[in-house]
Amino acid sequence: MSKHLHQRTHFRSFLLHFRPRAVPERTLRFTLTWGLGGMAMVLVLLLIATGLMLKFVYEPFPDRAYDSILYLNSQVPFGQLLRNIHWWSANALILVAFLHLLRVFYTGAFVAPRQLNWVIGLLLMAAVVLSNYTGYLLPWDQVAFWAITISTSMLDYLPGVGEGIKQWILGGAEAGPQTLVNFYAIHTAILPTLLLFALPFHFWRVRKAQGLVIPKTTNEDPQTKGEMVDSMPHLIMREVSMALLLCAIILLLAMFFNAPLTDQANPGLSPNPTKAPWYFMGIQELLMHFHPVFAILLIPLALLLGLLALPLIRYDAVTSGVWFASARGRRLVLVAMVLAMIFSIGGVLLDEYVLPAQMVGPPGFISTGLLPFGLILALAAGFYLLARKVLGANINEAVQALFTLLITAFVTLTLIGVWFRGTGMQLMWTG
Amino acid sequence: MNEKHGQKGSITRRSFLNRLWAFLGIITVAEVAVLATRFFKPRKPVVDATAADAVITAGPVDNFEPGTVSAFVRGKFYLARLEDGGFLAMSRSCTHLSCTVPWVAKENRFICPCHSSEFAITGEVINPPAPRALDLYKVTIENDVLKVDTSQLERRSSFEASQVVYVKDA
Repeated sequence: MSKHLHQRTHFRSFLLHFRPRAVPERTLRFTLTWGLGGMAMVLVLLLIATGLMLKFVYEPFPDRAYDSILYLNSQVPFGQLLRNIHWWSANALILVAFLHLLRVFYTGAFVAPRQLNWVIGLLLMAAVVLSNYTGYLLPWDQVAFWAITISTSMLDYLPGVGEGIKQWILGGAEAGPQTLVNFYAIHTAILPTLLLFALPFHFWRVRKAQGLVIPKTTNEDPQTKGEMVDSMPHLIMREVSMALLLCAIILLLAMFFNAPLTDQANPGLSPNPTKAPWYFMGIQELLMHFHPVFAILLIPLALLLGLLALPLIRYDAVTSGVWFASARGRRLVLVAMVLAMIFSIGGVLLDEYVLPAQMVGPPGFISTGLLPFGLILALAAGFYLLARKVLGANINEAVQALFTLLITAFVTLTLIGVWFRGTGMQLMWTG
Repeated sequence: MNEKHGQKGSITRRSFLNRLWAFLGIITVAEVAVLATRFFKPRKPVVDATAADAVITAGPVDNFEPGTVSAFVRGKFYLARLEDGGFLAMSRSCTHLSCTVPWVAKENRFICPCHSSEFAITGEVINPPAPRALDLYKVTIENDVLKVDTSQLERRSSFEASQVVYVKDA
């Protein structure tokens, strides 16, 4: 054996520590995974690589942080590019991880034997969102300072514990040096460490479940597995080309669009409008309509518990590997999407233009809390019953439709916040 | 089986030691938890609340025209002189979500840029979502000189005449 060939064999067997020797040919289909999990991992690697380099320039002190970013942008060779790659990867990661979650749900890949991995996935999703949120403060510019001030002030509305938690996060009564140190430690040490432990666990659980769900058509035997092929080259070459393609896209975005940087933080001047980062716009929109206890605690908590509980439900059928469970499931998903858009847009307009009386006086716990929340729960329950009793859906299809209803509503609210809120957080139509 | 657990109900040396380990483990976790929470406790403010520099001298009474609002950057407060000559010192933080509220003299009100809450010169809410009137600081007048104590914020739900401080007629 030549030396060259010998090295190649070593490299291959090293790769096969991470990947099985052979995989079912069907799981390689792009329309099963859309490469989303792999893309998320590539983005994490990009973030770690660029983040480690940014650490050598960035200074986590209120009077130095902003200047160190300016220095990075103007004086450090490729500094601006480095920051742009970090920024684009971070934002893309939220989107990719969310789409990955949707893919896993709609292909039925969250039930046994993958139920634990669904929960780990949710934990990872939370870590990704928190990483973005803590990273948002670090440049110490106007949007960062006010986003953190506003989001932590929401905690004041939680009875009893809220103010304590707020002071704990901020490290004092208001955003200042200690806040920056806290966020810096969480962003650059705690969350990356969590990711580095949880990600291998996530991948190992995929191996334990004997790989991905096998894509199937509706009438196929659930036990069908199909032909096996060698991971090298069939799986690994696909993964590498996907990774390179994604890196190219991120690099192009980073070359042509700079990561935003507003004026240096000024505690004496709030910009108008002060909007949350885009991934929190849904919650910000909820805050425009609901009592804060409902908007920032009860509604997100109910959604999260619902997501955690999804694998625990006793389902009628095994639909793993079938997109949207069945033909009826697919139709119901469409119905749910349309209904959710109509109801959430209608609800926002109704609250904004027809029910102004509610907004006079302090937000009422019953009028802007219990009452609309109860109404939404009743609508959701009504929709579930409609799907089950009238449209003849089984539990799989009805739960899937309910999930679609709530997720679509949340996405719609997010888009309203991103595109249709202007000066003074008023609705506007110019975009 | 029998060697490990012994007779039902009796405690063997092994199970006793196992329980002891578990007990010590719980104590350790509790200690670390307490230490960690203590460690993350917010720092004490560098400025002692009782220190003299928490009290800011705003200036002689005559510096302030009735019906005007003056901003004090160092103390992060507004000093309002009402039409009737009375004084109020108010926090510049919106009671909704802590944005800094500018005084818009042209419209004779405070307007929050974040979520468009509006407050009158007295700090009273004119337009929600702000749930309370602007927080108050304590104002004292000694020898016609105004002093504002910024060490303590006083929360109030709405404006009341008793909150206004007047120059005592000699």
